[in-house]
Amino acid sequence: MSALAVVINGRSVELQQGATVADALELLDLPAQRGFAVAVDAEVIPRGEWQQRKLAPDDRVEIVTAIQGG
Amino acid sequence: MTENGLHAEDALVISGRALHSRLILGSGGFPRQSALVDAIAASGAELVTVAMRRVEPDAPGSLLDVLDSAGVDVLPNTAGCYTARDAVLTARLAREALGTDWIKLEVIGDERTLLPDAPELLAAAETLVDEGFVVLPYTSDDPVIARRLEDLGCAAVMPLGSPIGSGMGIRNPYNIAIICERATVPVVLDAGVGTASDAALAMELGCDAVLCASAIARAADPVAMAAAIRAAIEAGRLAAGAGRIPRRLYAEASSPDAGLADLSSSTSARGGAPSLGEPR
Repeated sequence: MSALAVVINGRSVELQQGATVADALELLDLPAQRGFAVAVDAEVIPRGEWQQRKLAPDDRVEIVTAIQGG
Repeated sequence: MTENGLHAEDALVISGRALHSRLILGSGGFPRQSALVDAIAASGAELVTVAMRRVEPDAPGSLLDVLDSAGVDVLPNTAGCYTARDAVLTARLAREALGTDWIKLEVIGDERTLLPDAPELLAAAETLVDEGFVVLPYTSDDPVIARRLEDLGCAAVMPLGSPIGSGMGIRNPYNIAIICERATVPVVLDAGVGTASDAALAMELGCDAVLCASAIARAADPVAMAAAIRAAIEAGRLAAGAGRIPRRLYAEASSPDAGLADLSSSTSARGGAPSLGEPR
């Protein structure tokens, strides 16, 4: 099975074909954390859809959280 | 808006929510997270701003846990956004990440001044209000833009005193006063405060609250400055309600002329009086 190349927070990452948003978060060891959100190609993916939402080649995944600012 | 009979202890109501502190604290610029925690306690703030950025998997303890233990709520911002599109997306991400509809909307037009981009700001505000956000826009000190934001349904307007982080205070107090006089939503002075007297002036001009980050975070002693600005906001609000005297070009004596003793004498009238304190 060929790999699926996506970009997560600006870094090229290879996932398995059919990988979902949840799989991408697993890779970053994030699922246990709270307080972050995910956008795929500038579209916010609600938490409830992370398991279902499959990633496509070259998807740009942005995972953001709150930091000190403002 | 100020009216007569204000009290320092009355609540600020934004979008139906009562806040007992009129100081909103920005969390940026603190050298350490512990300094932020201490400043929150000294400031009495109930709302603390945060920015949205990419996760760093190795980042130290969660800021959200820290703010939770401090007993404050987060107010996410859209800092760093230069277009309505980016600001709207950032607001949506913040709502998803933090579970709050409140957003401090910033759409910056210029990287040196960090002044707001009014057309983009209005466009973003309109979209976010439509999407059910409680929009608190960082705006210029232009009363017309403030009115437009209010007309779009923003829950407050947050005019700048001077550029973000400049510490230049309130450069156009007359415009701030006009915004306060005409607004029917709360006015929060956002940006420019350098020290406590700037915050007091904002309140005296009629602002309902002050948002302050750099002035506290970058002070030599952030905890002491947080306490000072908190006190200044209370003092300024009391003074606004108390009603200042009009400014006059010339003096107006505060002691009456009536009943003044006649201290002249026949010798002094001729210029020959001994001066007081001269040995006899």
